[in-house]
Amino acid sequence: MNLNLTLKVWRQKGPADGGHFETYAAPNINDDMSFLEMLDVVNEELIAQGKEPIAFDHDCREGICGSCGFVINGRPHGPMKATTVCQLHMRNFHDGDAITIEPWRAAAFPVIKDLVVDRSTFDRIIGAGGFISAPTGAASDANLTLVPKATADLAFDAAACIGCGACVAGCPNGAAQLFTSAKVAHLNLLPQGQPERWSRVTSMVNTMEAYFGSCTNFRECEAVCPKEISIDFIAKMNRDFLQAKFRDRRKLVNAEAGEDAG
Amino acid sequence: MELDAHIPPGPIADKWDNHRFEMKLVAPQNRRKFDIIVVGTGLAGGSAAATLGEMGYNVKSFCFQDSPRRAHSIAAQGGINAAKNYKNDGDSVHRLFYDTIKGGDYRSREANVYRLAQISTQIIDQCVAQGVPFAREYGGLLDNRSFGGAQVSRTFYARGQTGQQLELGAYQALSRQIELGTVEMHPRTEMLDLVVSNGRAAGIVVRDLVTGEISSHSAHAVVLATGGYTNAFFLSTGAKGCNVTAIWRAHKKGAYFANPCYTQIHPTCIPVSGDYQSKLTLMSESLRNDGRVWASKTKGDRRKANEVPEGERDYFLERRYPAFGNLVPRDVASRAAKAVVDEGYGVGDLGNGVYLDFADAIHRLGRTTIEQRYGNLFDMYAKITGEDPYTVPMRIYPAPHYTMGGLWVDYNLMSNVPGLFVVGEANFSDHGANRLGASALMQGLADGYFVLPATITGDLAGQLNTQPLPTTDPCFQQAEAAVKEQINTFLTINGSRTPDWFHRKLGRTLWELCGMARNAAGLQQARKEIGALREEFWQDVRVLGEGESLNQSLEKAGRVADFFELGELICQDALAREESCGGHFREEHQTPEGEALRDDVNFAYVAAWEYAGKGELAKLHKEDLEFEYVHLAQRSYK
Ligand SMILES: Cc1cc2nc3c(=O)[nH]c(=O)nc-3n(C[C@H](O)[C@H](O)[C@H](O)COP(=O)(O)OP(=O)(O)OC[C@H]3O[C@@H](n4cnc5c(N)ncnc54)[C@H](O)[C@@H]3O)c2cc1C
Ligand code: FES
Repeated sequence: MNLNLTLKVWRQKGPADGGHFETYAAPNINDDMSFLEMLDVVNEELIAQGKEPIAFDHDCREGICGSCGFVINGRPHGPMKATTVCQLHMRNFHDGDAITIEPWRAAAFPVIKDLVVDRSTFDRIIGAGGFISAPTGAASDANLTLVPKATADLAFDAAACIGCGACVAGCPNGAAQLFTSAKVAHLNLLPQGQPERWSRVTSMVNTMEAYFGSCTNFRECEAVCPKEISIDFIAKMNRDFLQAKFRDRRKLVNAEAGEDAG
Repeated sequence: MELDAHIPPGPIADKWDNHRFEMKLVAPQNRRKFDIIVVGTGLAGGSAAATLGEMGYNVKSFCFQDSPRRAHSIAAQGGINAAKNYKNDGDSVHRLFYDTIKGGDYRSREANVYRLAQISTQIIDQCVAQGVPFAREYGGLLDNRSFGGAQVSRTFYARGQTGQQLELGAYQALSRQIELGTVEMHPRTEMLDLVVSNGRAAGIVVRDLVTGEISSHSAHAVVLATGGYTNAFFLSTGAKGCNVTAIWRAHKKGAYFANPCYTQIHPTCIPVSGDYQSKLTLMSESLRNDGRVWASKTKGDRRKANEVPEGERDYFLERRYPAFGNLVPRDVASRAAKAVVDEGYGVGDLGNGVYLDFADAIHRLGRTTIEQRYGNLFDMYAKITGEDPYTVPMRIYPAPHYTMGGLWVDYNLMSNVPGLFVVGEANFSDHGANRLGASALMQGLADGYFVLPATITGDLAGQLNTQPLPTTDPCFQQAEAAVKEQINTFLTINGSRTPDWFHRKLGRTLWELCGMARNAAGLQQARKEIGALREEFWQDVRVLGEGESLNQSLEKAGRVADFFELGELICQDALAREESCGGHFREEHQTPEGEALRDDVNFAYVAAWEYAGKGELAKLHKEDLEFEYVHLAQRSYK
């Protein structure tokens, strides 16, 4: 089936430009197309008319790289649950629909052009502690440390985050708790992550707070996350963060279980 | 120039150890005197940059995405091989080596492949130490599965997102080094030229994709880890940004391009649904562990899959290859599917696919097990096609997926241009004419974590106390001027067609004439068509906007320009290789059963092409392949 749509798209020439909406007709859209393929078609037409195409980030178009993402009708990544815009298909829209498309709106994600934003603050948070210090070559046999299947599965659920930024865009406060907690939980759950557990959470949370808003439990982040990362991980992060503070005050217990107090 | 692969002497099992002992080292306190450029942050580049940073070198890392985490390695689904033999099913370094040589249809270097198999086990150790959440058994041990082209279970996986988890592991290690200041990260930056001075790689010219600024970076060594070039076909399983630009421009500066025609067409991708199609989506090969491939025995059968009775189904892989069945290597599976569709047995509304059916597996193992194994793939399939693969068989068809070809490198992963190293999919090294499933992740990480950090040292040791060429040197200035001129040309042609329009046309020609089956007449025609289209491109492409800001059309135009030139070389290589091997199937050379027919007497060599100037035919150099440990044989999966 083919759809005739009206798009209202945010156009912004650069970071300094104020930006504005422009309206374009998108006629004869095949409903097997993905949302980005629909934009490709619109862009080809814009170029034919001598207008600059709409800029948007995208790469894998398989819902895994986290490049794509903008707000469709007020919702990050659009209407479908657990779906990035590159995996959103036009069969989920109706003939005659008017669709508003705008970039992530968050203080920590300044607009670069049109729908493209700067998410490099996410990289800062990972750099602050979102890793296990395991220099190449020093590892022992992989099966030496057993990891219970349930723990591995839970760590994986957290590690599935694609870093797209929808959680921040969806949050009225522009908070990055879901993103940060996903990485904290992934690593703090695993036995390999224990030595740096407390320093990791402290440093990542502090960095997060330097750039992003505060979490007031709106839960919007979880609702818009294309990978359905659970807010339970935020609870875990908060617990670890508090515990790390507590441990900090009582450095005496450092030696316990050979853990580093951070 | 003589092509010397610098393969160390000695028995194959000792070569790598001996070589590492013989190699010159750089002492820890001297390492910070060396600058190294690493372009690409996928498994190969990310792991290389992180490791070199850990060792104490000054590293500059580049990628075109907004974050190093998003390199296309992130999309790999199925898994990574390692000869751990945790399943006690007869695996060993030697078997992984043997399977890889055979899978590559005897067109790869024994010494490289043996080293890869040796290192495979360390990779898993390294990744587990980093916190990669591989699948586990209930007892807490690592789980494995089997993959195409192998009869043992040696594939480690993290649900259907193995690449994502390995990529994040490398990215996290890299992030740590960025924070520690050993690696300087340049995201949203595209390499547009290699600078060579006095025959040695001296640095690169890049464009800042946000501001459009052109700048130069110099170093003691340059490492290219820029991935594969399947996007030459326009429709492929590659990410939209995957390109050949970095290695192509290095090729034009003297680096030889090896085996460009060896492209892997992956058997299990979702078929094209219409003209607007922007890419093809892979359904992981691991699905063939539990899915059965079939088509109707009746031509043009438009019945729904579930309405075709068992007796009227042709499980053609099981029929033709009883020993390996649905798990034959990719090239074999792809050609079998193509034959079925070409003869009119294709399924789906457009008749352009075959079925991959899970009904038996669901019946045998239960839906939950299948969901655990492949849940995310099934979801993805459902989103894209609007069909539920738990109840209706998937429709699949082959699509361009991986490029075994790439820049020529020696055993040290150095190209013929001293100081220029190439790792990961961007080089040609280990997969011969066909890559086995779960072996690219293994190679990328072997190169980046273990091989390059060892071998680059041998080269750098000779550069101690030299300074990198200053970027004010005329070599850099000329390269920058050429890059600016090309950008300016794109912006001023003001023609009538978009870069995508040209790219699609190029892709169609390559797919039809230089895809799964090739013949001399078709290849000659392809070269003519591509040449004509390239001329038209330079007359009629339209790139709007300016060079001094984010301009995605401009980025595409530069990449498409290089794909044209590469496309011509792919066809030239395919034409020159008068045999069939792995992913390169020349219709003139096949067995009576329609299998690839190699010519080991005349073609057991690596074809390394030297750029000969604009409009000139590239010049062929041969590296003869010698097989001491594996007996050359007709591949059989029956
Ligand atoms: C869908 C899919 C599934 C796959 N599944 C598997 C699997 O299960 N198992 C397996 O073993 N293999 C698999 N593969 C193959 C494997 O993923 C790749 O071969 C491998 O990840 C390539 O890694 P790489 O580091 O060489 O390149 P990439 O990961 O592609 O990284 C390339 C890097 O280079 C950068 N770059 C490129 N050009 C430039 C430029 N001009 N300037 C600056 N930067 C540049 C990019 O930004 C990126 O950082 C799969 C591939 C695909 C497409
Ligand atoms: S483009 Fe990669 S997640 Fe959408």
